[in-house]
Amino acid sequence: MKKALRIIWLAVVLLFIYVPILVLAVYSFTDATMVGAGIGGFSFENYINLFKNDELREMIFGTVALAVVCACISTVLATFGAIGSFYSKKLTKSLINTANQVPVVNADIVTGFSVCILLIVILRIEKDTFIPLGIGHIVLTAPFVYLSILPKLKQMDGSLYEAALDLGATPAQALFKVVIPQLIPGILSGFMLAVTLSLDDYFITTYTKPSTFDTISTYVVNATKGSQTEVKTALWALSTLIFVIVVVAVVVMNIVSGKKRGTKK
Amino acid sequence: MKVLRFNRKQLCIPYVVFLVFFVIAPLFVIIFYAFTNGQGQFTFDNFVNFFVSSNTLGTLLYSFALAIVTTLVCLFISYPTAYILARSNLKKKYVLLLLFILPMWINFTLRITALKEILSVIEGNISAYPFLNSVIGMTYDFLPFMILPLYNSLSKLDKSLIEAASDLGANRFTVFLRVTLPLSVPGIISGVTMVLLPSMTNYVVLDMLYNSTYIMGSLIGSYFSAYDWNNGSLISLILLVIIFFVTLITNRFSDKDSENRGAVI
Repeated sequence: MKKALRIIWLAVVLLFIYVPILVLAVYSFTDATMVGAGIGGFSFENYINLFKNDELREMIFGTVALAVVCACISTVLATFGAIGSFYSKKLTKSLINTANQVPVVNADIVTGFSVCILLIVILRIEKDTFIPLGIGHIVLTAPFVYLSILPKLKQMDGSLYEAALDLGATPAQALFKVVIPQLIPGILSGFMLAVTLSLDDYFITTYTKPSTFDTISTYVVNATKGSQTEVKTALWALSTLIFVIVVVAVVVMNIVSGKKRGTKK
Repeated sequence: MKVLRFNRKQLCIPYVVFLVFFVIAPLFVIIFYAFTNGQGQFTFDNFVNFFVSSNTLGTLLYSFALAIVTTLVCLFISYPTAYILARSNLKKKYVLLLLFILPMWINFTLRITALKEILSVIEGNISAYPFLNSVIGMTYDFLPFMILPLYNSLSKLDKSLIEAASDLGANRFTVFLRVTLPLSVPGIISGVTMVLLPSMTNYVVLDMLYNSTYIMGSLIGSYFSAYDWNNGSLISLILLVIIFFVTLITNRFSDKDSENRGAVI
């Protein structure tokens, strides 16, 4: 009886989470223009529109490009930052850790607004250069990369670096051939986290983006205010597509990490 | 041949420079703008106006109400869910957990769009229940961020403590109240911070669900549109102070490994 109760609880929560996404997925394959209306004929129209409409296509590629570029810069910055701070004095280290914590605990909207004031209002950098937008996204993501690398540094054998130097490696060789390879799992998960954070961001983007550029988040918010049904239903297709990509990514990652665990045993 | 010579501590210099310019400096800019007027003269007017106007005070109270209700609802749904998942004997309970937190990787504006369509079908006119819908929307958005830290702290819990308590004669309810619950406080605290602050600021959820009442985030948004940097900064500063105190309180309770924001991959 109690077991049944538990299963019912989990099922209800899962329904709450997935019913909206799945209903939208079903409707994305029809020619209906409203959820709740009778499901008309089966149609790929929404998916075709998603890639035929220039505005939508550019918006999707722009979002992904921004996320990948910013995640790369964040990863490089934060990786060296984490290595440097790990070997620094206690005071320096705790100062860096504290500064790093600011964007993590801060509300995105405050981060975005403050970056906007500094770069656009005070320094008068043009929004169209994408510099404020890029910096905003790096501020958002780099601290999380830093945080995902720190534990790997703590696990690492601290004397490996010295050993490499003693055996005749230059500092650069010791860094790239000894230290960084040990940090790869942390760097990779930090990078993935940076990409997902950037893809999901709305507030930093709104306050720093060029007026003609849109990411998925800003585009969807504007689209829901308008009444273009073609765009609205194409976004159902986008939502479904992202859902499928996420599911596939999670499954693949689990298989890969499961295999690794298997070989270690 | 001259080889690249560097001290490993120096590796963090680019990141430190980045943090100083784009994380620390914007905070001071916010403070400066909050206490000056449009002409750059020092003034307490923004501050006084906020705490005198019933509109802005009402917004502050509404934000708190919405944030607290959302947090409690999230906690009420997440605690049993995380508890059941953590205590289950299933071999693949990690996969089950992934099902609950997977939406975290889908763009939140698309998820809220999906939710909006479903709510429209259920309620008919969704603008009739603004507060209720905002709570549902925020809960839908932030649920994974509450389930994950709760699951982490509940699954780390030492089972022998529970067995010891029952051996010593405690009934199940007492065991939960005196052992499980106190030991899961770090998880509760980090879950609460993940939900509380965003639900005071994420005005996009309200906009998309046709709730025209302002929360703290909406104020920043409207000052941004009106190019009123000074009042916008004041709101940011108030949020910063709230965040500072919340962090101060939570640091006393939370355990050290706090990388819950999407760090599952």
